[in-house]
Amino acid sequence: MTLIYIVAMVLVGVGAYLTGRQKGVAFAVAGVAPGGARMHSLPSYHGFYVAVAAVAPMLLLLLLWQPFAPRFVEMQALSSLPQHLVPTDELQRSTRMREIVTLANGGQVPDAPAGVQAGADAFVLWRGLADWALLIFGGALALVGFGWATRQLSPEFRARNRVERVVKVVLLACSAVAVLTTVGIVFSVLFETLRFFSKYPWYDFLFGLQWSPQTAIRADQVGASGSFGAVPLFAGTTLIMLIAMTVAGPIGLFSAIYMAEYASPRVRGIAKPVLEVLAGVPTVVFGFFAALTVAPFIRNTGEMLGLNVASESALAAGLVMGVMIIPFVSSLSDDVINAVPQSLRDGSYGMGATKSETIKKVILPAALPGIVSAFMLAISRAVGETMIVVMAAGLAGNLTFNPLEAVTTVTVQIKTLLVGDQEFDSAKTLSAFALGFVLFFFTLVLNFIALRIVQKYREQYD
Amino acid sequence: MDATAALTTPSATGAASADAVANPKIVAKNVNVHYGEKHALKDVSVDIAERAVTAFIGPSGCGKSTFLRCINRMNDTISICRVTGRITIDEQDIYDPSLDVVQLRARVGMVFQKPNPFPKSIYENVAYGPRIHGFARSKAELDEIVEDSLRKASLWNEVKDRLDDSGTGLSGGQQQRLCIARAIAVSPEIILMDEPCSALDPIATAKIEELIDELRQNFTIVIVTHSMQQAARVSQRTAFFHLGVLVEGGPTERIFTSPNDRRTQDYITGRFG
Repeated sequence: MTLIYIVAMVLVGVGAYLTGRQKGVAFAVAGVAPGGARMHSLPSYHGFYVAVAAVAPMLLLLLLWQPFAPRFVEMQALSSLPQHLVPTDELQRSTRMREIVTLANGGQVPDAPAGVQAGADAFVLWRGLADWALLIFGGALALVGFGWATRQLSPEFRARNRVERVVKVVLLACSAVAVLTTVGIVFSVLFETLRFFSKYPWYDFLFGLQWSPQTAIRADQVGASGSFGAVPLFAGTTLIMLIAMTVAGPIGLFSAIYMAEYASPRVRGIAKPVLEVLAGVPTVVFGFFAALTVAPFIRNTGEMLGLNVASESALAAGLVMGVMIIPFVSSLSDDVINAVPQSLRDGSYGMGATKSETIKKVILPAALPGIVSAFMLAISRAVGETMIVVMAAGLAGNLTFNPLEAVTTVTVQIKTLLVGDQEFDSAKTLSAFALGFVLFFFTLVLNFIALRIVQKYREQYD
Repeated sequence: MDATAALTTPSATGAASADAVANPKIVAKNVNVHYGEKHALKDVSVDIAERAVTAFIGPSGCGKSTFLRCINRMNDTISICRVTGRITIDEQDIYDPSLDVVQLRARVGMVFQKPNPFPKSIYENVAYGPRIHGFARSKAELDEIVEDSLRKASLWNEVKDRLDDSGTGLSGGQQQRLCIARAIAVSPEIILMDEPCSALDPIATAKIEELIDELRQNFTIVIVTHSMQQAARVSQRTAFFHLGVLVEGGPTERIFTSPNDRRTQDYITGRFG
């Protein structure tokens, strides 16, 4: 039914546009004639204006109608049930509604009580009425809007200004959706985090050294007391991030310098896209690579050297994650280096500086803020990355900085805590939200700093 | 084109004796420049006098900047650019494969159209050249070079209290004088200036012109300019380029009062360009 309504809206819109534009064309023709009034807006703006005036009330009605109508229909259906079938609690109510809807849609409910059919009949009736009412109301509103708009049209009418204002509102609404979603995510995570902190002290969470997330089902079970000290997770995340940045930082930066300053256009044309393909590889594929290729290789190499290497070492996860974020560092740095004005290079070459002196002493210092922000964005990628560490890093919260041991990260624990059948009010699941909030806050701060640095950098050459 | 040789070959007008350069610092012979398919500079031959200001004038796209950039081989940085012919400085061929372009550019400084100070402090901007060429053995010596260069660029009094401020924070005219100081700091013999005042206001321009006149005592200066008044004010010799050809060159006074070539006459009287 909603589909029919939407089709009707489109038809009304097209019709109103054509009518409005026709009027506009008539004004234009009259305006060209001697003594005619000159038109303010183009005919198509007249058309758009009338179309908006007709469609907007219809759309508004649909948005208001949608949440209330089904509830109303439901209430009508339930109230027409025989007395003994009227539900008394929420569970019964939803069971009853399921039966009614199935029957109303022509389905079979073998063990439904006899009286339910009456509810289904009422449901079909009221649903039909509601649909027709929507269509008729909508049509009437469209007609009112259409009439109101067409009466306003005249050669002097400022249709363009009105239409542009409408466009602005639409654009604003779209960006508001993005912003509001972010705010919504922050608050949903924040509230769960606060619930967790009401069960578990926040300072123990942030500074505790023991991570064993479990909540007792019975008071006397083994390991009844969980502890949620997140420091081992922060340490593990930091360790893997550091390893990743040790790989991605130099390789990414140096390849960016090569691409931007040394590579011939032909080499650059091939190498840059290939490097950027790395960014497109799904992280889960990197995960396989880490778990099946890199981790055993590191373990075997370590054993040959007489070292004790865990099969899920931080080193393996960190190395592969480093490879994953190389394109982030190199691509952003490459853009930043290219953005350094040619005049600075000329100035340096003109002084008799060699290419490498120019790069070291002029280009890199000039591009440094941008490079730093590229690193920050890469770090926030590394910290938030999940699949590689799920597959290649461990689960045990060891507090260690030895890259050959297994560590676990914030993201891995969030995933582990929330996978499977869990009740959502235990400290165990709620701690995942607290971890998520910490992660969110950390990456937010990093991105904020990176953006500020980039802004400052932009001002430099203006 | 016969007229290309106007600076070196006596021409029919009789002004030739005054046109010849006694001891040229730079001698260019039959220089041709191609940008890919485009023949940008055609058979340019010119002598440039030592410790004097030589101005290149001509309409946009006539090749004067291209020729200027040949003198310190800045065109090397453009991959599609090809230079043929012979340019010598003190009778040494600067396109000789055995010549190190880095040393050449230390001898031939350059100031660009738009002021392009490095985003570093004023001090570091001037110290850049001496540092990369290893001129200063101590901090005191470097300080001295920086002060001396800034004084020669008549910028010292304006910036002596804020040498650690960023060079990009100066005004346009000050930035351009900083760039001149930066070029002077490596004590070049020749300074090339590519429309150094085109981005500046009249007051800053007047200061730079005054400075150029002072610098002439110590340096050989070649300046590209769009302004004929500027060429007349600052230069001792002038060369007029048109469509990649050196039409005519000689003492500035003669070029502006009795040009030999019709095109020069038309240009300086403002009939085109």
